[in-house]
Amino acid sequence: MNTESVLEIRDLTVAFRIKDEYYPAVDQLNLTINKNEVLAIVGESGCGKSALALSLTRLHDSKNTRIEGELLFKGQDLNTLSPGQMNKIRGSEIGMIFQDPLTALNPLMTIGKQIEENLDYHTSLSRKEKTKRVIELLENVNIVDPKRVYAQYPHELSGGMRQRIMIAIAIACRPSLIIADEPTTALDVTIQSQILDLLKQLQAENDAGIVLITHDLGVVAEMADRVVVMYAGEIVEIADVNELFNNPKHPYTRSLLASMPGANVGQESLHVIEGRVPSLQNIPRGSCRFSERIPWIPQTHHAEHPELNEVAPQHWVRCTCYQNFHFEDEVGDGKEIVLNGIAGTQ
Amino acid sequence: MALLELNNLKVHYPIRGGFFQRVVSHVKAVDGLSIQIEAGKTYGLVGESGCGKTTTGRAIIGLNKITEGNVTFEGQDLTKIAHKNQHSLRRDIQMIFQDPYSSLNGRKRVLDIIAEPLRNFENLTKEEERRRVQDLLEKVGLNPEAAFKYPHEFSGGQRQRIGIARALTLNPKLIIADEPVSALDVSVQAQVLNFMKEIQKEFNLTYLFISHDLGIVRHMCDEIGIMYRGRLVEQGNTEDIYENPQHVYTKRLISAIPNIDPGQRQASTQARQHILSSYQQDLNNLLDPEGKPLALKSISSSHQVALP
Repeated sequence: MNTESVLEIRDLTVAFRIKDEYYPAVDQLNLTINKNEVLAIVGESGCGKSALALSLTRLHDSKNTRIEGELLFKGQDLNTLSPGQMNKIRGSEIGMIFQDPLTALNPLMTIGKQIEENLDYHTSLSRKEKTKRVIELLENVNIVDPKRVYAQYPHELSGGMRQRIMIAIAIACRPSLIIADEPTTALDVTIQSQILDLLKQLQAENDAGIVLITHDLGVVAEMADRVVVMYAGEIVEIADVNELFNNPKHPYTRSLLASMPGANVGQESLHVIEGRVPSLQNIPRGSCRFSERIPWIPQTHHAEHPELNEVAPQHWVRCTCYQNFHFEDEVGDGKEIVLNGIAGTQ
Repeated sequence: MALLELNNLKVHYPIRGGFFQRVVSHVKAVDGLSIQIEAGKTYGLVGESGCGKTTTGRAIIGLNKITEGNVTFEGQDLTKIAHKNQHSLRRDIQMIFQDPYSSLNGRKRVLDIIAEPLRNFENLTKEEERRRVQDLLEKVGLNPEAAFKYPHEFSGGQRQRIGIARALTLNPKLIIADEPVSALDVSVQAQVLNFMKEIQKEFNLTYLFISHDLGIVRHMCDEIGIMYRGRLVEQGNTEDIYENPQHVYTKRLISAIPNIDPGQRQASTQARQHILSSYQQDLNNLLDPEGKPLALKSISSSHQVALP
């Protein structure tokens, strides 16, 4: 396995300003993204996963956001670059795929021109070469009639086609890192599986690292090599995808899996996580941030300053509460509780 | 007798164009749909975007004009009743909308939102009204104090519960739920789904559950209809559809559900490709000259498929 890293995130803190005070949405995060790897970042809305993604490309509104820490991409710290230098990297070495392809594409430009725009900025190809490359890219993302689509406008295409165009723009300059923020959330299941297959295929061809941001654990199981679970601005668990689904440790990960209808076929009711995700101002910083969602676990089971601990090779879990965790309606004896849908694989 | 029966329902949207904006053609969003829903059951209407599932739901409740066909609710044909006489029927059919952010009026208090159906149908004093609303809020698991707040003060899951409380105010018999949880996070989704199941038992509700998420439909529904281009391609109970799908379109939808076991990834990708190629080969043979699915044929007492 190739473990050369593409991006190293060190002590990243992304803080947003609310009424003259800054509140971190991502808190002291450390993470490495390797070459030829799909790293999935999972969590509910408000956990900081999109704040993390936008900070990697420095797309935040700089007036109200403070980004601290190091983002080492090929030896340079993205966080210290000027906006001009950042523009050079964005789109050429780091590609981005956004959730909603209709709002991310320019409605007044033809598809061909939008993909060419990226090549205009980052390469010095002649006009003929550019057209050729665009057609080639459209073929790469499995567009059936690339010459026709080249001259069409975004509104003439279906959602799945638009998302393919987004992907074509993202890979136009063969980036070594692709950030995909909920790439399939707006799409139908059949289109979703096609787009995921396409991403897998492109990744294998280009050797790129992909950061896949999603709230859908099904997509994670299909795509990811490694999974990062985030809650309230912190990583609570990192593991290889097989390890995470077969042997989830952190109470949050286990609760998420138990609340999925797809993983709990035949169960009358689904698991519900008590309470709600704390708002940015009300995150209980300093103690186990998930503790208030599992009030039946006594405070003594939580670590005082929860850290990520390596519980098995390459499997990291925050806090100590996982050791004695049980769901509220189960008797707590510290034994492993096997989830219904996953039981067959163990 | 079924509580709700759709018989050869058609909803066509006119396309206008040319000189004087004349009607030049029609989009046949729903084109010959027949469904029966038993009281107390959940019927899942599944399909990709554009297949006509939302149009169907809206047509039943009267938000879209029905071009042809009948909607029979408790033995009464809704299409034959004059609009002004439908007032009392509106009590019995309610709707839960997809997006809890845009389906609640941001300038009204929760009390006014939930009491609106009551004000249309019952003459209550302010005091009685407040009590009814607060009872409902408690039933959907919200604090009675919530009645005096505005929608923006609530999270997505809580808003969806306000939407459900509003649908419940008049003790309806049928609830049309159009993608009720698609906009919500997994854990909140679980909360709303559990809750919908609980109130179904408590009030003996019947659901028409419209969704594109096959995982959720499997969890929620007793009967499932798979829609394609305005018609059903397959209909059956949950077991028929998931364990024994017959139509290649159904097979394709089911194979596209993400597999939750990462160890099976290779196998499921292969299975998907296999089904996709047979889908591309066979589908045209299974459609009529207009490109619509064929008529349904029974293959067992509960299971119907549109095969030649």
